[in-house]
Amino acid sequence: MIDLLFGPFLEFGFMRRALVGCLALSLSAPPVGVFLMLRRMSLMSDAMSHAILPGAAVGFLVAGLSLPAMTLGGLVAGLAVALMAGLVTRSTVIKEDASLAAFYLISLAGGVLLVSLRGSQIDLLHILFGSVLALDDPALWLLGGIATVTLFGLAAIYRPLVMECVDPLFLRTVSRAGGPVHYAFLGLVVMNLVGGFQALGTLLAVGLMLLPAITARFWAADLSGMIPVSILIAMLSSVVGLSVSYQADLPTGPAIVLAAGGFYLVSMLIGRRGGLVRRLVRARHLEA
Amino acid sequence: MSCDLPGAITLHGLTLGYDRHPAVHHLDGVIPPGALLALVGPNGAGKSTLLKGIVGEIPCLEGRIARPGLDEAIAYLPQAAEIDRSFPLSVLDLVAMGLWRRLGPWRSARRHRATLLDALAAVGLAGFETRLIGTLSGGQFQRALFARLIVQEARVLLLDEPFTGVDGRTTADLLALVRAWHGQGRTIVAALHDLGQVRSHFPHTLLLARESVAWGPTERVLTPQNLARAQSLSEAWDEDAAVCGRHEAPGPSHGHGHDHDHDHDHSHDHGHDHGQGHDHGADRRPAHPRDHGHGVARDRGHAA
Repeated sequence: MIDLLFGPFLEFGFMRRALVGCLALSLSAPPVGVFLMLRRMSLMSDAMSHAILPGAAVGFLVAGLSLPAMTLGGLVAGLAVALMAGLVTRSTVIKEDASLAAFYLISLAGGVLLVSLRGSQIDLLHILFGSVLALDDPALWLLGGIATVTLFGLAAIYRPLVMECVDPLFLRTVSRAGGPVHYAFLGLVVMNLVGGFQALGTLLAVGLMLLPAITARFWAADLSGMIPVSILIAMLSSVVGLSVSYQADLPTGPAIVLAAGGFYLVSMLIGRRGGLVRRLVRARHLEA
Repeated sequence: MSCDLPGAITLHGLTLGYDRHPAVHHLDGVIPPGALLALVGPNGAGKSTLLKGIVGEIPCLEGRIARPGLDEAIAYLPQAAEIDRSFPLSVLDLVAMGLWRRLGPWRSARRHRATLLDALAAVGLAGFETRLIGTLSGGQFQRALFARLIVQEARVLLLDEPFTGVDGRTTADLLALVRAWHGQGRTIVAALHDLGQVRSHFPHTLLLARESVAWGPTERVLTPQNLARAQSLSEAWDEDAAVCGRHEAPGPSHGHGHDHDHDHDHSHDHGHDHGQGHDHGADRRPAHPRDHGHGVARDRGHAA
């Protein structure tokens, strides 16, 4: 069993690189996902992940399959969409989810158009589904850097971010940090999506961000529990997904996300907090 | 303006509203330091809007609010519905938010733990510190919010319907806290619906129906005539209301004769028809002597 799970990593360098990349992503994306879920922005992050595509596509058109160019393009496109959606929300009657939907659709269509202008079908598939088994040194540095910046960044804005989630009005009355914190958080989201896009592709980039976060809700009561649990689940999903994809010769990105999905389904059934089984088989209530 | 009292909140021809429609209309007056003022009026009278305006949450459509020396010292308790109670946060962490001005984003709250526990004990929530806010009842949650107010140690407290949906016992406890704050010389403005409560605890009242109906000592404000007038004034948000022709006066000293050239339509019966200004101008003067420092004469130009 141990051999089945860890054998491929001992044997092959590219598997070890994939593992390191996924573990770095598992360290940074799930905490961001926890906040997204608690702010009821789960689906908005999905929209954001699609918004990254045209930036990456422009990078691809300019420099071919080059990591720095595509990363930079993705970051710029993601931040631009986040900023424009925020701006439209503040200055018109459109709500944030609707304006984000409008911008991401424009962005996604533009991206697909750009890629198919120049690239082949294979390039498009590569961008849509990622290439976790082909992570080179710069890609690993990028994922490690993103994880570092995310963890320090989250630590720096943790208190105002929590206040902005629970009681934004209160935060506004005591400080002007609300706006900058919101945009800093969106920046972290975009960064992690760009990281996820290297490994898992634009379609599944949110997989390692949201699934472990949602799963953690079934096991921990508050933030100090949910964040570590979500990281742990993401790491387990990475290991399991990579091994299974190697042993059964399956595409890697979907295998990792499906592993995370498996953890979610199991937790939903037997989770300590609000899992289905717990709800069906109730312990007798207490006296007070 | 140089005549604005330090520590006081002065409203100068204040109009607040949404989408150009005024919810608070040409309000003048002074809330002196140490006041215990009740804000009374029917639903939609602009009570919440006025509090939001004072705290800076919504911009003034016209006029201004002067609060010299108070920018950092105002605590605001909104209606509880605006807080996300499903967020997994402990009661202690909620109360600790009140320390923000002292701690900012990074300093540890550990040294202030005693302050937090004292505040929880003061509102009768000792032992609740690790409970999640989602598991509290409505009354308990309101107590927790009061604990946060205690920790804030603000000089001005704005309370928006603090006792709505709260049982008698809790209301009595929280009112005692409000009285204690008043005793310490803090300024308190509370939007309330229970007139009995206002009569027995609040020395001053502003009866609001978009405009100030009366402002002064509670017993002279809460008369049946004033209340009936407030009710009749507060109705109707008129989609097609005409542009308000009442000009903003630069200051009380310029009160006379500068805006006789207004061209509003007297046959148009929208909610703040200025025709009334001529008929009832005298009624709208504050129902108390000026030496309280409250309400400057209303309806400058019209009443003149």
